[in-house]
Amino acid sequence: MSVTVEEEMLVDRVRSGDARAAARLMTWAERADARFAEAHAGFAAGLGHARRLGITGPPGAGKSTLVEALCKHWRTSDARTLGVLAVDPSSPFSGGALLGDRVRMSALSLDPGVFVRSMATRGAFGGLARATDDLADVLDLLGRHTILVETVGVGQSEVDVVRSTDLTVLVLHPGAGDTIQAMKAGLMEAADLYVVNKSDLPDAERLVHEIADALDLRRGDRERPPVVTVSAVTGAGLPQLAQTLDRLLDVRTADGRLARRRTENLASRVRRLVDAELRREAWERAGLEGELVRRMAGPGTLSVYALAAGLLAAFRARAAERGDA
Amino acid sequence: MQPPIRVLVAKPGLDGHDRGAKVVAAALRDAGMEVVYGGLHATPEAIVEMALQEDVEVVGLSILSGAHMTLFPKVRRLLDEAGADDVLLTGGGIIPKADMDALARSGVGRLFGPGASLDELATYIRGEVERRRSAARSA
Ligand SMILES: Nc1nc2c(ncn2[C@@H]2O[C@H](COP(=O)(O)OP(=O)(O)OP(=O)(O)O)[C@@H](O)[C@H]2O)c(=O)[nH]1
Ligand SMILES: [Mg+2]
Repeated sequence: MSVTVEEEMLVDRVRSGDARAAARLMTWAERADARFAEAHAGFAAGLGHARRLGITGPPGAGKSTLVEALCKHWRTSDARTLGVLAVDPSSPFSGGALLGDRVRMSALSLDPGVFVRSMATRGAFGGLARATDDLADVLDLLGRHTILVETVGVGQSEVDVVRSTDLTVLVLHPGAGDTIQAMKAGLMEAADLYVVNKSDLPDAERLVHEIADALDLRRGDRERPPVVTVSAVTGAGLPQLAQTLDRLLDVRTADGRLARRRTENLASRVRRLVDAELRREAWERAGLEGELVRRMAGPGTLSVYALAAGLLAAFRARAAERGDA
Repeated sequence: MQPPIRVLVAKPGLDGHDRGAKVVAAALRDAGMEVVYGGLHATPEAIVEMALQEDVEVVGLSILSGAHMTLFPKVRRLLDEAGADDVLLTGGGIIPKADMDALARSGVGRLFGPGASLDELATYIRGEVERRRSAARSA
């Protein structure tokens, strides 16, 4: 892949801190524009400086409000630069999306030290969009110290965010007791830190105990992740949360866990890219979609297993043919 | 396949509620667009900053306060100064016909009164964005 002058110029502008250029590079990534993959090959070696925090949790837990509060805290405590990616679901019917997280972050809109970008899932499941990691890379290239990735409001087992970030924060709020039940198998196990938000409301203490109980049941001898109580609205507990996040990352940087996780994350990104390409290869380029329609219209077996085996055989035959040619 | 159209919808000014802007945002989503909702009371500076970070192709403002003759030109000017002169600025509110015409002459896109249909708005946006995209491709 060769990097053109246009790409190189845009990448240089991003690297020198040009937010408008970053916004455009993000659009290339979201559109799966080939120029992004080419540009990425040119800057990937310089990535890895930014800390990536995943903020996940059920709808209405206060993720966006907390992201704003954390950003405001860090801007005043140590003036670090920040990037925010806020993901909301696309409608499976219209393909459109209402990206509403920004409304809760209006206090950040005039601070050039905070770059906020909203993303729609565009058909991806798992709480993030296909290009979320790419956009985080652009924020990294832009020189942001810390990147916060807000997932869609998740219910049960969406854990993509774990494979996209250095640290996963699960935000819960009083009244989400049922959610803990529902999350037993998924996120509850994957989070590195639990935030009980809305401590200004009644029952926050009870939620802390419920979480502690759930964790004791499941973790066995694994280290129990911290549970931090905050109010994103009043600001209570925020300095402690910010400190805990920084400390966790320092510890994991020192003991090598961060490096291992980042390696795993990169491998999983590569797998996803290959998966997507293989799917296109099979269904579009090798014509399996047409083959499927043909076979289902014809007489004969309607066993899904037999049909799948037939399609795979046809795919392999075509691949071999092209290999010979 | 065409990438989805990204639109920023906001309601600048100090007056009241944002029901109108929310209805517009939902209608554009149902028309297949990705709508960044910028909320109430945003200043022109904040609106332009959001538009740049989100790299939207369209900014739609809902203005009921009567301040349309200052707000639309201000947002247009700030967008142009930031190099985002290719971003379509449109919107609606209670705006007299004469004002709409005057604004159109100053580089603001078509504006829609309270009686206008949301389909019409979506169709207008789609048409304008397609025109701009193909102009950019052939540039
Ligand atoms: N009382 C109280 N309300 C809060 C607090 N944090 C957030 N809220 C409110 O909770 C509601 C949801 O907040 P959001 O920040 O939009 O929640 P979210 O998790 O981002 O929601 P989705 O993105 O829709 O999943 C809003 O009305 C907030 O004002 C808090 O600490 N205390
Ligand atoms: Mg949110």
